[in-house]
Amino acid sequence: MSDVELMKGNEALAEAAIRAGCRAYFGYPITPQSEILEYLADEGRKRGMIVLQAESEVASINMIYGAAGAGARTMTSSSSPGISLMQEGLSYIASAELPCLVVNVNRGGPGLGTIQPAQGDYFQATKGGGHGDYHLIVLAPSSVQEMADFVYDAFDLADKYRNPVMILSDGALGQMMEKVRFRDYDPTEHLVAKPWATTGKPKTRGANVITSLHIQPEKMEDINLRLQAKYRTIEETEIRFEEFQTGDADILLAGYGLVARIAMKAAELAREKGLRVGVIRPITLYPFPYARIRELAGTVSSILTVEMNAGQMVEDVRLAVEGRVPVAFYGRMGGIIPGPDEIVREITTMAAGTRRRQPMEAH
Amino acid sequence: MENVLNESELAQMERVYVKPDTLTDTRFHYCPGCGHSVAHRAIMEVVDELGIQEQTIGVAPVGCSVFAYNYMNIDMQEAAHGRASAVATGIKRVLPDRYVFSYQGDGDLAAIGTAETIHTCNRGENILMVFINNAIYGMTGGQMAPTTLLGMKTSTSPAGRTVETAGYPLKITDMVAMLPGVYYVSRHSVHTPNAVRQLKKALTKSFQYQKERKGTCFIEIVSNCPSGWKMTPVQANEWLVENMFPLFPPGEIKVPR
Repeated sequence: MSDVELMKGNEALAEAAIRAGCRAYFGYPITPQSEILEYLADEGRKRGMIVLQAESEVASINMIYGAAGAGARTMTSSSSPGISLMQEGLSYIASAELPCLVVNVNRGGPGLGTIQPAQGDYFQATKGGGHGDYHLIVLAPSSVQEMADFVYDAFDLADKYRNPVMILSDGALGQMMEKVRFRDYDPTEHLVAKPWATTGKPKTRGANVITSLHIQPEKMEDINLRLQAKYRTIEETEIRFEEFQTGDADILLAGYGLVARIAMKAAELAREKGLRVGVIRPITLYPFPYARIRELAGTVSSILTVEMNAGQMVEDVRLAVEGRVPVAFYGRMGGIIPGPDEIVREITTMAAGTRRRQPMEAH
Repeated sequence: MENVLNESELAQMERVYVKPDTLTDTRFHYCPGCGHSVAHRAIMEVVDELGIQEQTIGVAPVGCSVFAYNYMNIDMQEAAHGRASAVATGIKRVLPDRYVFSYQGDGDLAAIGTAETIHTCNRGENILMVFINNAIYGMTGGQMAPTTLLGMKTSTSPAGRTVETAGYPLKITDMVAMLPGVYYVSRHSVHTPNAVRQLKKALTKSFQYQKERKGTCFIEIVSNCPSGWKMTPVQANEWLVENMFPLFPPGEIKVPR
């Protein structure tokens, strides 16, 4: 471990990318994540990273496709509108099974929206986003420390599964400064052989072709079945979540990223009022911890999902719960971060409702 | 196909052409008379002649030549529509000692991929861009392309292209030639053996310039589309000379000083 440093989330993530052995970064400026490009254009280049400011996010993601296909550890980063522009490329990358990291420092939308933090891109990140049946592996940090830590995990997961990985952050995590320590990580111990990469065809092997085109329906179905089998393996193997005081909880809060931290504070405040509140925080948003939330639904009387959007992850929580207990939602939008007091107020209302055994309104 | 000559007759003949190892045994799927197969062969013969098969990586586009990797026996990547030069950029940046080329049609390079084309050239990306211009979208059934000639009938300009509705045919090759990052620009065709020889000379130069890290090389091949143009192969090649060449004349456009 390195010494403790005080850094912005975006800078910590960029520094971790250098330490993780990322060979090439391609990106386009957009608030609130431009520090990643800026940091790498300076520090990354000094330490040997290939850094290219592309003409658009469309170009960036396709440069990633080329670099990943050529066998390099590679990444891009953007924020919501830019990530929308990358959806075409992400679909091709997922289909061609190219390992890479894409960082989304989520800002408020829809449209040009706001540069303030939001979680409105949950559906886009976890359900595919582009055309066709595919998934990104999605990691949701909730601190500057995790902005750094998840970079190593993301690259390793990408290589392990030949799958694009997204770090789904937000404008607050990207901009705020916190303490961070960089883990000991030697990329040479993690980089894997990529015999499928297009590096130039030696006489000893056939040509490597990276493509997502399979015009015969039977072949295309086979590719889909292979992808789906991979996703089932990922769902069995890679689910990560964190729990806070769920052991005796009567009310369960569900939140990811920045909101999870606020929910934990709210749980503490609610416990001071005598309410037994716990928190489940999905760390992997895909694969989603359905099974654990279903288990917890057997021990709590109700669940409140809190998000910085109009209610997206709550749909997965409800899928997990399957009606066993009421699942309520509280959300703020447009770049507004909910405070712990707001969440406590919701919990208090809910607790009163639960005692009367009334079904919760959805929204 | 039955052999016309028997073995002893064959043995007396001089071998003047051998299909290079850079071409696979897969039969071209292109329509009879289409220029794609000749262009593919020209590029792969040059790669073979230069002995750079092991160092060359190609990028295929979306369009009729989407399956170029079935014929070119080299490592290749298939790009999204219009993005071939961005994909080629990604490859070249991480493998700077390899030869990288993109192969793109007019719709791919000069319509949906215009931004990628201009900026790849403006960066002087050290790659070869091969631009097949047949003034039509062949694969999707003969729609108007950015290079479709004025008055030319396509399925989406059934009365002929007009300036009022579609503007002018885009001379993107002349545009990129103005960019300082672009080192060599040449326009060719593949409708006669001599034209193919000229093309191969330009391709050879381009790979040599790439080795010397001179910047972007850009070769336009004015080609045909007998099916899309609704002509026989011979008519198509005559039409090409009479109608395409006046706007897209063959010849070197930008040469090193």
